[in-house]
Amino acid sequence: MTNASLNTGGEAPKRSLRAQDALTKRRNAAERRFKAYGMAAIAVGLFFLAVLAVSIVRSGAPAFTRTVVEVELTVSPADIDAAESQLFKTKAYQDLFVAALDRQLTNNGVEVAFDPKAIERLLGKVGSTMREFYQANPAKVGKPVKFELAAASRVDRYLNGELTRDAIQDSRFMMKTDLDLVDVMVDTGVMKSSFNWTFITGADSGVDNPGGAGIGASVVGSFFMMLVVLVLSLPIGVAASIYLEEFAPQNRFTDLIEVNISNLAAVPSIVFGILGLAVFIQFMHLPQSAPLVGGLVLTLMTLPTIIISTRASLKAVPPSIRDAALGVGASKMQSVFHHVLPLAMPGILTGTIIGLAQALGETAPLLLIGMVGFVARGYPDGVVSGFVDPNSAMPAQIYTWAARADASFYEKAWGGIIVLLAFLLTMNIIAIILRRRFERRW
Amino acid sequence: MDQKDIKFRCHGVQVYYGDTHAIKDVDVDIEDKTVTAFIGPSGCGKSTFLRCLNRMNDTIASCRVEGDIRLDDEDIYHRDVDPVQLRAKVGMVFQKPNPFPKSIYDNVAYGPKIHGLAKNKAGLDEIVEKSLRRAALWDEVKDRLDTPGTGLSGGQQQRLCIARAVATEPEVLLMDEPCSALDPIATAQVEELIDELKQRFSVVIVTHSMQQAARVSQKTAFFHLGNLVEYDDTNSIFTNPQDPRTESYITGRIG
Ligand SMILES: Nc1ncnc2c1ncn2[C@@H]1O[C@H](COP(=O)(O)OP(=O)(O)OP(=O)(O)O)[C@@H](O)[C@H]1O
Ligand SMILES: [Mg+2]
Repeated sequence: MTNASLNTGGEAPKRSLRAQDALTKRRNAAERRFKAYGMAAIAVGLFFLAVLAVSIVRSGAPAFTRTVVEVELTVSPADIDAAESQLFKTKAYQDLFVAALDRQLTNNGVEVAFDPKAIERLLGKVGSTMREFYQANPAKVGKPVKFELAAASRVDRYLNGELTRDAIQDSRFMMKTDLDLVDVMVDTGVMKSSFNWTFITGADSGVDNPGGAGIGASVVGSFFMMLVVLVLSLPIGVAASIYLEEFAPQNRFTDLIEVNISNLAAVPSIVFGILGLAVFIQFMHLPQSAPLVGGLVLTLMTLPTIIISTRASLKAVPPSIRDAALGVGASKMQSVFHHVLPLAMPGILTGTIIGLAQALGETAPLLLIGMVGFVARGYPDGVVSGFVDPNSAMPAQIYTWAARADASFYEKAWGGIIVLLAFLLTMNIIAIILRRRFERRW
Repeated sequence: MDQKDIKFRCHGVQVYYGDTHAIKDVDVDIEDKTVTAFIGPSGCGKSTFLRCLNRMNDTIASCRVEGDIRLDDEDIYHRDVDPVQLRAKVGMVFQKPNPFPKSIYDNVAYGPKIHGLAKNKAGLDEIVEKSLRRAALWDEVKDRLDTPGTGLSGGQQQRLCIARAVATEPEVLLMDEPCSALDPIATAQVEELIDELKQRFSVVIVTHSMQQAARVSQKTAFFHLGNLVEYDDTNSIFTNPQDPRTESYITGRIG
């Protein structure tokens, strides 16, 4: 009788392992669908990333080049004396330049009638540039010198097709006829495009001089700010997390702290900005527009992020490691610093870099404490000055440019974004290298 | 039979995990230079009781220990006792192998290092080699001391943990199922080590193997549902159990 009842289970027809039954089919289909969703999501993500990258590069690339006129000329001591004896000295220098330019064009077989005003419109105050140069380098008098003068931003935009001849209205900035001269100079190779170092190394310029605007000073501002954020938020954040996670008793009070930290992470950054304005500038009288204050504000903003991610990575360390350390007679602190923290380090670094990246891109709080773009007028002279002298930061600088009326600043804003992303990438790469280091120690 | 000193004197020990009463009023005296085996069905509280002896239960927030546990006549739960100092004296091998994610060498050297047991590198090397030999692991790992301890097999990891525990020269060694992942040869080696350790120390071992308890221990305690049912010489427990529950457990009828 037992035999019979046992066998009922075996009565079902034997089926090959190679034929899928209905349940397996359904499960496999679900798995395939899930994979397809995943791949679709990634594809969409990649598509938008590509669109973003292309549009940033397309719009920002012009910021890295500029149009220059290269003219070689020799100024004799007699020329200098003659020019200095005149009432309009810079005008005399400009005449020397125009003569040299004329010669260069004639050598190339082109004859043009110059309107000296056109040179001023196209190339700016050529005369004073030359005069300053010779006063600074008297040794160059009488020797051939190659002057490379940046053309007005309208010329850039005319050459890359953004500005057409028809769109130009005759004004003190540019006449339609100036474009003939531009065309000639381009044809003869006197005018050409070159890499715009000023954009990388320079500081912000006035609203009427987009050609002279550079992001360098605000890169330095951002750098000092990130230094403040890193030096303050990493140790404070990690120490706070270790205390909360490993040492603090579990009670109402620590629960309250925990909830508050989570909430702080969600507070809009502009709130931190106004807090910084009230506390650091109005109450503590720290200097306005200083990267130090910017760094302090961004530290407040970054701390919750670092604390949350550090606590998560401390929690992820298996408790058996702590038991093992305590079991051989290590103190709590030894177990944390010798065993738990090294294992949590990759996670802590990831959190830190996310926090820093957020801080690097933050604009709103900086505007409130006066780190607007146009204060970035020069480089700090020295480390202390780097922290306390008025400066801007990259995102604030980009914002300032984007808000300016002159359309030439628009491409500067895009170019600034490229520099900002490059800065971010460098930071991430350093973090990844550090993380590899720690991971290799198992 | 000669009378031995009492190492641990436990009286009226109660352990609670929150509302769960895991150890109920246990009295037990653990002798010095003796191997004591804790046996009993799974979940009866052997590990819990063992962890009371070096205050590892302090690390579990919900765990509460009551009663009196004395090591060499000092209350180990006294306010002035530093559990860290206690754990240096009372070493432990855990039920699940838990090597540090560091090199084999560092695993063993860590305890001696933080306790300042070696004066120099050579001294430390010596301790590491001796400990690994005692744990019957030396021959397998002597050529790869700088590879991660977590890369060893389960049984090797457990022996590494044993080496780590003996490296600090504890006065009492608590072993929670040290041989559950070991093959018969390694088991024999660990049992040999236990035998050697008992010349100087007191060893408490939790085991699910009756044969092992009978082979290595002089005293056996049988736990059941948080109660200490019977505690006597190993011989008497296995040949002449007083309690019917003990008898049915060792003959394989409950568990
Ligand atoms: N961390 C903990 N929190 C809550 N309850 C626990 C905890 N650890 C153990 N317990 C409970 O205490 C009782 C005893 O557990 P213990 O680990 O001491 O059993 P054991 O005798 O060692 O079992 P095994 O032979 O399976 O290892 C069990 O009922 C268990 O559920
Ligand atoms: Mg156990």
